Order: sequence, then structure tokens, then C-alpha cells
Amino acid sequence: MAAVAFSAVRKSYGNNPVIHGVDMQIADGEFIVIVGPSGCGKSTLLRMVAGLEAISAGTIAIGERVVNNLEPKDRDIAMVFQNYALYPHMSVFENMAYGLKIRGFSKSDIEARVKRAADILQLDPYLARRPRELSGGQRQRVAMGRAIVRQPAVFLFDEPLSNLDAKLRVQMRIEIKRLHRELGVTSIYVTHDQIEAMTLADRLVVMNGGRAEQIGPPKEVYERPATTFVATFIGSPAMNLIPARVQAPDLFELAGGLSVRLPAPRGAAAGTDLTFGIRPEHVALADDGAPLTVELAEELGADTIVYGRLDGGQELVVRVPGYLELNIGDRVGIQIDTSKVHLFDKASGQRL
Amino acid sequence: MHKRVTFDNKLLPYLLVSPQILVTLVFFFIPAGEAVVYSVFSQDAFGIEINFVGLDNFLFLLNDPHYLRSFGITVFYSVAVAVSALIPALILAVLADGVAKGATVYKTLLIWPYAVAPAVAGVLWVFMFNPAVGIVAQWLRAAGIDWNYKLDGDQAMALVIFAAAWKQISYNFLFFLAGLQAIPKSLIEAAAIDGAGPMRRFFTIILPLLSPTTFFLAVVNMVYAFFDTFGVIHAVTLGGPAGATNILVYKVFNDGFIGLDLGSSSAQSVILLLIVVVLTVVQFRYVERKVQY
Ligand SMILES: Nc1ncnc2c1ncn2[C@@H]1O[C@H](COP(=O)(O)OP(=O)(O)OP(=O)(O)O)[C@@H](O)[C@H]1O
Ligand SMILES: [Mg+2]
Repeated sequence: MAAVAFSAVRKSYGNNPVIHGVDMQIADGEFIVIVGPSGCGKSTLLRMVAGLEAISAGTIAIGERVVNNLEPKDRDIAMVFQNYALYPHMSVFENMAYGLKIRGFSKSDIEARVKRAADILQLDPYLARRPRELSGGQRQRVAMGRAIVRQPAVFLFDEPLSNLDAKLRVQMRIEIKRLHRELGVTSIYVTHDQIEAMTLADRLVVMNGGRAEQIGPPKEVYERPATTFVATFIGSPAMNLIPARVQAPDLFELAGGLSVRLPAPRGAAAGTDLTFGIRPEHVALADDGAPLTVELAEELGADTIVYGRLDGGQELVVRVPGYLELNIGDRVGIQIDTSKVHLFDKASGQRL
Repeated sequence: MHKRVTFDNKLLPYLLVSPQILVTLVFFFIPAGEAVVYSVFSQDAFGIEINFVGLDNFLFLLNDPHYLRSFGITVFYSVAVAVSALIPALILAVLADGVAKGATVYKTLLIWPYAVAPAVAGVLWVFMFNPAVGIVAQWLRAAGIDWNYKLDGDQAMALVIFAAAWKQISYNFLFFLAGLQAIPKSLIEAAAIDGAGPMRRFFTIILPLLSPTTFFLAVVNMVYAFFDTFGVIHAVTLGGPAGATNILVYKVFNDGFIGLDLGSSSAQSVILLLIVVVLTVVQFRYVERKVQY
């Protein structure tokens, strides 16, 4: 087990920079989840920790050691790949034992460790099988087993559950959480699944275009998104972002003419343009509220998502609890919970 | 998902394969059938007298020291050709697989020898190794080797092995390269994280995963050495010196067309035919069983 420290880590492929300086301290035993849109550099960052990609600039340290120039095998890490990367010509046992054998563990030690991993992951009945004779979920567990037998300082996961169906994904997610609680190994986990991110992470890293836009506990990222990007990326359906203008120290006018009573942020004089954010779950239906024309209503069972348009033409998404039957063209009243409003700088997108 | 092409017309599929069937019929089944027929007859050199002799031709062959010697030579030769064509091809493929820039150029250059006809390849090697004028022969002699493959049977054998293998390297290279590229990169990365160095990765991961390809190529190369290197032998050694490179196919030709012993020659071709059938069956069996992990 070890802490991991990134300082000013950059990566370029030729002249094409893809990671633009990441700084981050990961505490010993912490579970870090990296999320972000496709191509933002999540895998690249993870692979730099693993030693599978060279670090163009900056340093990565695992424990006390800067690992920039160490081979993957000397970094004391284990990685679980999206496609599992099991050795197809070896049995489940051999797959898990391979790394131990190379590292010169004794035969009895290898057997004990593999046995223990197989117990934890319920792989006992499959030890003699080849990977192709296993289901997707079982293969996934073998990949995890191969990672845990070595008892490395850091686990790296690159979208380990994305090849599984929804139900299995939930099951494995819970298993990973349990495993982390039991083993307490520092983990870095890449995903683009929000639920995985929110439920697994001690801290969340939201990446965009090769930068870490926000690093923090899931609750904080959800409640105080640092930028408009984070605001729309975390949470589903995404936060409503509405152009707005400060009218008076305690009055905003939203695009489409809606006025909201709310103290303006410090230094924002009347006439300042900014971006007003409100999550769909923080807008309520109210008979005397501002009128909204329903364009689409998705009944999810527990909630109903209402996609509509304010009278001024501004689109708005509302999430209401319970099952609500609405027709296209219905008019409802909405009320914004002003204690849950997020304000962002219009130009930079930074939280105000 | 496999999509199957289906034809509504019942006749069309037959029509489409008929040229292939016709070619196989005319150039394989008819001659092979004739060989089988001839193999149980004995015929004098002028073709005047033909006697049915049953399996006598075969029995005679199995007791003929010349034939048995040729058989031994052929086995050695074909294994040697397969090995000398497989190992360099594998090395080249591993190197080419690691090349990021200009890979197409390497591949194209490495494929060219395959386009050279065996006889032409043989002639090339004759030029280079000719004891009197060959450039390589001069180097060898400068290095203190008494090079004369026209007199030394071992040297002649080495020469035809290399001449035959050289051509086949291109073919093997292509298959090995395709095989290497089919191995997911993440497997190699996982092995690297597991602690395996490049050599260990090669022998414990890459080579086992290539084994279906290797096996397939080994059989193809042996069949090639058995049957398709007639041109090389004919151009380089004519089966000599003193029968040292007289492989079975060459002996069929020698006994049949030069010695005019059609019965024995036919019996020999039938045996060759059986060998190829066995090799093919073994290959299919193995491929079916083993190719999928
Ligand atoms: N070997 C490479 N050569 C050049 N560019 C690369 C290479 N690998 C990745 N990139 C580029 O680096 C950027 C980040 O890639 P990366 O694989 O880290 O994205 P990601 O966040 O993991 O995306 P995804 O969610 O789709 O897996 C992408 O723009 C990609 O095109
Ligand atoms: Mg990725």
C-alpha cells in the first residue's frame, strides 16, 4: 500500500499534447475514480502510472519513489484491463500464478495466495478452466484475482466493468467496493459510468480535454461543481445551464424573461452576464410557478423527467418524484429552489 | 456474427465452382487415377508389354535401399526446410511487428521472394554458390571452407535446403506477422506488469499463442518441401551428387521420365499422395481442435 503523487504530469504523442499538467495527491488506501468524456486522457493517465506510457513531463511517485523511469514490473502495481487481458492458453490458476512464478514465489506460497484470492472471488470451481470456458463476469473476477494475488501497492482499473451487462455490472461494482474495504489497497479506477463513479469513489477526478477540472469527494463534486463542464457531466439528467443577467443586487433575469430573487455573487454589478445552473431535481412543479410547456415526459417509475420550454423559449429539464402522466403541450408551473442554484462565470465557466 | 450468403438459384453455386472442379479434375484426379492404375502394372521401357503385378511395385520399393535412402533424405530435407524457413520468418515478423514507421516498406520487401519461381530461386543460388564462379563460393573458400557442392553431398543438401527455405520465408513471415498482430496488446502489457521481460513474454505468451500458426506453417512448409521444390533440385543439383539430394518427387521424375520405369514411378507417386493426405488430415484435425482458445 502506498500513496500516489502526480506533479505537473504531462503527456504528448509527438507534437500532440493530450495531458496538460495534472497535479494530484492520492492518500494511502484511497479509492480514486477518474471520469470524463471519451478521449479526455483517462486511460493515458492511468497507463502512465502503470508504466505502459512514458511520462513526457512532470513526475509520478508511488510511495516514496518517483517511478518515471521504472519498468511496469518494478512499480508494485497491478492493473485490470477493460478486455481483462487473460492469458488464453493458461488455466485460471496459471493466470493468477503467472506473476507470482516470475517473481520467484515458492510453490506452496503461490498455491496459498491463489487459493485465498479464489476464495475471496468465489473462483474455486473454475481454477482448472481456460478463460474461454468462463462467462464474462467470471473472467472479470479472474482479472481481479490476478491483480490481488500479488498484493501490490496500487490497483489500476481501466473501465473494468464496461463489457458486462447492467445487472452484472451492479454486482461487480459492489464486489469491488467490498474488496477495497477488505484489502484497503490504494486504487485508481477509470470509468465513464456515473453511478460507478459516485458510488465507488472516495474522491472523484473529473477530467476534460487532458485536464483535471475538479478533484473532490463525490458529494462535493455534485453539490459544488467547479465548472460548467463538471456541472453538466456529473448528474443525470444534466444540470440546466441558463444564460442570466444580474438586474439588481438581489434579482436575476434568466434568458426567456424569468426573474429570480437571489443575492448576486460578490463583485457582480448590475448588468453582469453569467451562467445560472439548476439541477433538474431542484426544480419543482408548482401551480403558481412560471409556466412551462411540456415537450417530452419520461416516466422512469420512481421519477418523471419533464423536458419543456419556458415561455421565453428557454429549454428546461425538471425531475419530479413519482409517476406523473403528462402530455406533450401540457402547461405546468415550475418553481426553482433558490438555495440550490449554481452560478458560473459566463466566459470562463468557473464557479462564482 | 456470421452472415451467410445464400443463393436462391439451385444451379448457380455449382456453376460458380465448376471451373475449379474442372481444373482439379483434369490436373489432379485424372493423373492421380492414372498413377494409381499404372502403379499396379509393370511395363517395359517401350510400352509394348503391360502386366498386372498387384502390389509388387510397392513391395519392391519398400525393399529397395535406394528408395529407402531417398525417403530418409526427404524427411530430413523437408524438416530442415521447414525449420530453416520458420525460424528466420518468425524473427523477421517479431522485428517487423515492433516497427512503427515504414512498416509497409519492410513488409513489401520481405514478401517479394515469394513471387520468385522455385526454379529461378534455384538458379540464383547456383550463381551465388557455383564452385567456380559464385561469389559466395569465393567467400567460403576465403574463409577456409572447401566449397564444392557438386562433389560434397552434405554441402549440396545444405544448399538446396537454403534455396528452398529462402523462398518460403516470405510466406511464413506474412502468416506470423498476421498472427502477432492478432495478439491483443493488452496481453503483452499484462505480462509486463506481471513481471515478465521481453524474452520471457516471447516464450511464455507470444510463442504459445502463435502455436496454431506455427503448426499450420510447419505442415505447409513440409508439404512444400516434399512436392514443390522439384524446381530447386532440378536447377541446383539434379538430385546429386550420387543421389545425396534425390528427394522423393525428384526420384519419381527420374525413375519415370529418365529411367522410364513407369510402374515404379507411379507407385512412388501414389505413396507421395498418401503422405500428403495424411499430413492434411493431421493438420485439419489439429487445427479444429487447437486453433481456438
Ligand atoms: N498511441 C497514441 N498515439 C497518439 N495519440 C494517442 C495514443 N493513445 C491515445 N491517444 C490520444 O490521446 C487522447 C486520450 O486518449 P485516452 O485513451 O487516454 O482517452 P480516454 O479518456 O481513455 O478515452 P475513452 O473513454 O474513450 O477510453 C485521445 O485524444 C487519443 O486520440
Ligand atoms: Mg480509455
